[in-house]
Amino acid sequence: MSAAGRSAAGRRAVIAGVADAPLRKGVLATPATPVGVQAVTAVAALAQAGLTLGDVDGLFTAGTWGVPGSGQFQTVALAEYLGLDPRCADGTNVGGAAFEVLLGHAVTAIETGRCDVVLISYGSTQRSGRATRAWALPAFGGQYDFPFGLPAPIGGYALAAMRYLAESGATSEHLAEVAVAARAWSALNPAATRREPITVADVLDSALICDPLHVLDCCLVTDGAGAVVVTTAERAADLARPPVEILGWAEAQSHWNISQMPDLVTTGAARTGPDALAQAGLTLADIDLLEVYDSFTITVLLTLEGLGVCPRGEAGAFVAAGHTRPGGSLPMNTSGGGLAAAHPGMYGIFLIIEACRQLWNECGERQVPGARTALVHGTGGQLSSSATCVLSTERP
Amino acid sequence: MTTPEFPAPVEDPDSAPYWDSLREHAMALPYCAACGRFFFYPRTICPHCHAGDVGWRPASGHGVIYSYTVVRRAPAPAFAADVPYTVALADLDEGCRIVARVRPEDAGLATIGARVEIEYDDVTDALTLPVLRVVAAGQPGQPGQPGQLGQPG
Repeated sequence: MSAAGRSAAGRRAVIAGVADAPLRKGVLATPATPVGVQAVTAVAALAQAGLTLGDVDGLFTAGTWGVPGSGQFQTVALAEYLGLDPRCADGTNVGGAAFEVLLGHAVTAIETGRCDVVLISYGSTQRSGRATRAWALPAFGGQYDFPFGLPAPIGGYALAAMRYLAESGATSEHLAEVAVAARAWSALNPAATRREPITVADVLDSALICDPLHVLDCCLVTDGAGAVVVTTAERAADLARPPVEILGWAEAQSHWNISQMPDLVTTGAARTGPDALAQAGLTLADIDLLEVYDSFTITVLLTLEGLGVCPRGEAGAFVAAGHTRPGGSLPMNTSGGGLAAAHPGMYGIFLIIEACRQLWNECGERQVPGARTALVHGTGGQLSSSATCVLSTERP
Repeated sequence: MTTPEFPAPVEDPDSAPYWDSLREHAMALPYCAACGRFFFYPRTICPHCHAGDVGWRPASGHGVIYSYTVVRRAPAPAFAADVPYTVALADLDEGCRIVARVRPEDAGLATIGARVEIEYDDVTDALTLPVLRVVAAGQPGQPGQPGQLGQPG
């Protein structure tokens, strides 16, 4: 089914505005609560779309804050704070990939007429607030993993990385190349948290946390907030920026606990990448840039292979050859990503924001020349959930 | 390795027979009579065929390391005295996968493909965890069949 043929009523959903909260040394530049920062970020994204909070009738969010406990009642608590009474709410929380999932759901909600303006919102003060990681509880499925001292989520990614190295013949140097490439991009991004260049040796010399993953194989721990506004092409027609079309999307989930992942080197990207591209009527050759979730360096290599960018075991060599760096054949994670720009705990919304800014030619030194079409891929939990969106400023 | 903060399993109606079997040093695994397959972790229905005819059978106690990691930064104060320690995913001969530590004295022998046997670590009077003893090294470069289980459970 083509994107153009999705909506029987002729309504086509597009992204009309994005915003993120400025950080200083990884914490919110203006101190705020996780909901307070979302309010000001939402207003900025809506203004870019020529809209106000009063226009929002769909509220989609996911996060690790909540009442009364972690992750509770986020859509209603955020709607109350914002003074909204949305006709349509979606709090699907599959971890860091939630925002790619929510973007797909927003398209469905708008194109079926359930609402006209969806605000996708996220906020976190995990750095300044030092939130505890309550999700590694030894209950339900977690009781079979966490009493053994397996850290979450890094333990799961380390188990996948160890298996990947053994199966593929790739090395820790290949993992390190992902972190080095991230810094090549963040050096060009004034908003990034860590901008100084690093080498493969720096990564390998950094402390091992869970073999084979070092400190520099891990994403940053920062605050952050982001907002994405989705509305009809009709309402976005007169804006300064061309609307960003959502040409295809797909979501998948395979497990929660790492012991339940059938094959630790095959992620949901192997399903969602081809599905989203097929829906878009495109192939990887049509993609100008990639924004993929980089919780850890291994996440990126598994995603590149899952999406089909590289054959099994060759993603490390692909990154090492410079293909994903500035000036490379397939620019990837152009803000510096979670490894170098910011990672507030659930990074997925920032993949969408950076892709839109690239497609709008707003990225200054790090701009990918002539970027028209981007592939965005989120990964959540412990490689648990996956979602892919194909975004473009060109109509199908 | 026990302290007040130890993240002991929160036993529930699904899991109680499993933890009971470990306390008795005789691991039992969930088994589906309808499709004839073991599965893990315990559930009220079989994750393979979704039948409700599930029960328990003794485990052989043998398996192979699917993957492992060496934890060098403790995720909770209860584990601080143990670092570094090795946590593995073990594929049991029954066809299900568990998380368990490798015995500290075998840490250097933990490799993908290594044969292991289940032993029992009485953490407290109320909690026994399975622990892996390495009985045969894996073959370098021979990590086994990728995704050989092919199914959750």
